[in-house]
Amino acid sequence: MSLKNVRWVIPVVSVLLMATMFANPAHGSLRVFACEPEWAALAEQLGGDQVRVFTATTAFQDPHHIEARPSLIAKARRAGVLICTGAELEIGWLPLLLRQSGNADIQPGQPGHFLAAEQVERLEVLENVDRSAGDVHAAGNPHVHLDPYRLLRIARAFAERLSEVDPDQANVYRSNFATFKQRWQEAIQGWESMATALKGSRVVVHHSNFSYLLDWLDMEVVADLEPKPGLPPTTAHLVRVQATVKAEKPAAILLSTYHNDKPARWLADRSDLPLVRLPFTIGGNDDAKDLFSLYQTTVSLLLEAQSQTGQIND
Amino acid sequence: MRMQIVAATVVAALSISAPTHAEISESDNQEIKLLKQQLDSLKHDYESRIQALEARIEATAINAQEARSQAQQVSQELAQKPARPEQGKVSSNSFNPAISLILDGRSTSIDETELSLPGFQLGGEAGLPEDGFATGHNELVMSANIDDTFYGELSTAIVREAGETEVELEEAFIETLALGHGLTLKAGQFYSGIGYLNDVHDHAHDFADRPLVYEALLGGHLLDTGVQVSWLAPTDTYLRFGAEFLSGSEYPSGDNGSNAEGFSLFAKTGGDINASSSWQLGASYYTAEFDVREAGGHHHHGGEEESGADNELLNGEVELYGVDFVYKWAPQGNPRERNFIFQAEYFFRDEDGDAEFVEGADFAEAYYDGEQYGYYAQAIYQFMPRWRIGARYDYLNADNDISDYVDGGIPLDEFLEESGLGDEGNPDRYTLMLDYSPSHFSRIRLQYSQLDTGHEGADDNDILMLQYLMSLGSHGAHKY
Repeated sequence: MSLKNVRWVIPVVSVLLMATMFANPAHGSLRVFACEPEWAALAEQLGGDQVRVFTATTAFQDPHHIEARPSLIAKARRAGVLICTGAELEIGWLPLLLRQSGNADIQPGQPGHFLAAEQVERLEVLENVDRSAGDVHAAGNPHVHLDPYRLLRIARAFAERLSEVDPDQANVYRSNFATFKQRWQEAIQGWESMATALKGSRVVVHHSNFSYLLDWLDMEVVADLEPKPGLPPTTAHLVRVQATVKAEKPAAILLSTYHNDKPARWLADRSDLPLVRLPFTIGGNDDAKDLFSLYQTTVSLLLEAQSQTGQIND
Repeated sequence: MRMQIVAATVVAALSISAPTHAEISESDNQEIKLLKQQLDSLKHDYESRIQALEARIEATAINAQEARSQAQQVSQELAQKPARPEQGKVSSNSFNPAISLILDGRSTSIDETELSLPGFQLGGEAGLPEDGFATGHNELVMSANIDDTFYGELSTAIVREAGETEVELEEAFIETLALGHGLTLKAGQFYSGIGYLNDVHDHAHDFADRPLVYEALLGGHLLDTGVQVSWLAPTDTYLRFGAEFLSGSEYPSGDNGSNAEGFSLFAKTGGDINASSSWQLGASYYTAEFDVREAGGHHHHGGEEESGADNELLNGEVELYGVDFVYKWAPQGNPRERNFIFQAEYFFRDEDGDAEFVEGADFAEAYYDGEQYGYYAQAIYQFMPRWRIGARYDYLNADNDISDYVDGGIPLDEFLEESGLGDEGNPDRYTLMLDYSPSHFSRIRLQYSQLDTGHEGADDNDILMLQYLMSLGSHGAHKY
């Protein structure tokens, strides 16, 4: 074979190889569009090698206040299944993103459209919804992922959904769920025995995004830094919270990564309360790498804060 | 586990006690064999029973965990039940479309309310705000997924002008949801997809008025009736192509015989630079032919009727080219505390036609071939929650050729002045704004702008506006 022949063989072969790479559905063929990191982590647990997961937001972004950016539309265009929180959390951008995606598979009502919060009962469901009460949602508090029991139910439903969307790999999704379920249940026992000391302790929060966690751990919220859900804290409101803190003597102030820490710091400085930055979701701190470590670090941070109560936190 | 040990001990004890007989006869041997067999079966029996017990204990633990979570949910359900008797009940109004209402009111201090830009024959909704108190575009939008195939939206503006209340149809369109393959079809009356701001409703703009280039070249917005097809490429980089077949009877075009003379093309690309910043770049083209285009903007105080002149462009053709760019920044992509938006658009319009101007018994005719361009650039910075500042610069330039002039009692100078075709200067405008948003749904804005229309000897038009914009009802999702 002459050199001249070899020269055109190489590009042709590489094009064919690339074509087979794109055509080969064996590895990571199902594209998952996850609105939040916790659902991306769940999709990875259940999908394993069968899925390619894209996460629309990070732990440092408020999933209620992002935009349907060009990069997100491009990812939604090719997704086979979408997993989002729902309960109106993504109302400001997801409907538009779906309309612009030109992707029939992930539209509402399709099997490829999975909303986690709709799989479980929600807390703080309001009878009368009026915006004078803040940026509230008729569908209840959407931040369901920090209750391990609800998360397990969501995982079960999502494994079934993956099996429906990608029936060829249904066995893989179901066996991944079985493994996850066993590990998760063992982990819950661990966290619950760790967290017995937290039972009944009182905290101040910034936004109602830890309601499910606190409900699970039997902890109590005495004050919220936000005057109304979704509205930035005001000085007048913080002064009121300060009075509540004096009366109720909570153990800590809880804050998630995407909130400004100024109001919480202001209160921490005046009340000697430890300020606890909880990861809230995957990537929210260096330890929260998957769902297991997210819960582990959350419970640890709460325990650490409780042991510090009464001491000045810097 | 403990039962297993007990069983093993019993078996061991029996097996030890068995060979204690000193003499072992044949029958004894037989007996021992039998005993061994019995023991083995006993042992086997115990083991399987223990295993079954163990499995049951494990299952009970799992069930208990599940039962606990179920009990939790049931108790929550019970707690919520009295408060939400309608839960699970489907009432007829749960299928109502999402309704969003925008309330827009303003108080303006303005030197000159008539918009006149030399070199530009204005049309559509081009104009300046009224002096004093006025309500702006109070907008009512209804939208819903019609079924799993179509989405529909209607938006109307309720405006009060010249002492009368008018309802203007802004958009009324349907859009496909289920074509897949990145394809979307839209039909009806809609804001064209050209440019960046063209299909953004006025209330979602960052200033109280539209960029000058939109006023001058598009009559505010290119709003027309027709069909739009757009395709999103299956690539990681955002790449969208769109084409529109339009009536072509709206400004910058005009009445035409077939009502299907407009055509547009647009392409958009964009992406993320990093977690904090993203961008979008677009290019657009629009063309239409028309029989008659009436000049004269949509003056909010009825200026059109005041002048008794007929100012028209006949047998014309218009072509428009545009480039738009947007850059957005927010620390770690979280715009709640601080964010920054830069956007700029450039449009070039090439049009020609037979200009006709009639005032009483006098008239003038000419062949007109105009090339006009304009741009704006603006920056908005949210420096703390609720507060934003912004600055904008607008510029326009016209280069019009007038030939074959026919003087029917109107001198050329007067014709150029009154028809709006004389390109004597370059209009520009500086704008500053400050807005305050107590929540996601309310905004109060103070805006100052200085408009130089480019007319020789004309003073700058100072415009000071205080505006409120309120959003009631469903969360309207705004495009990037």
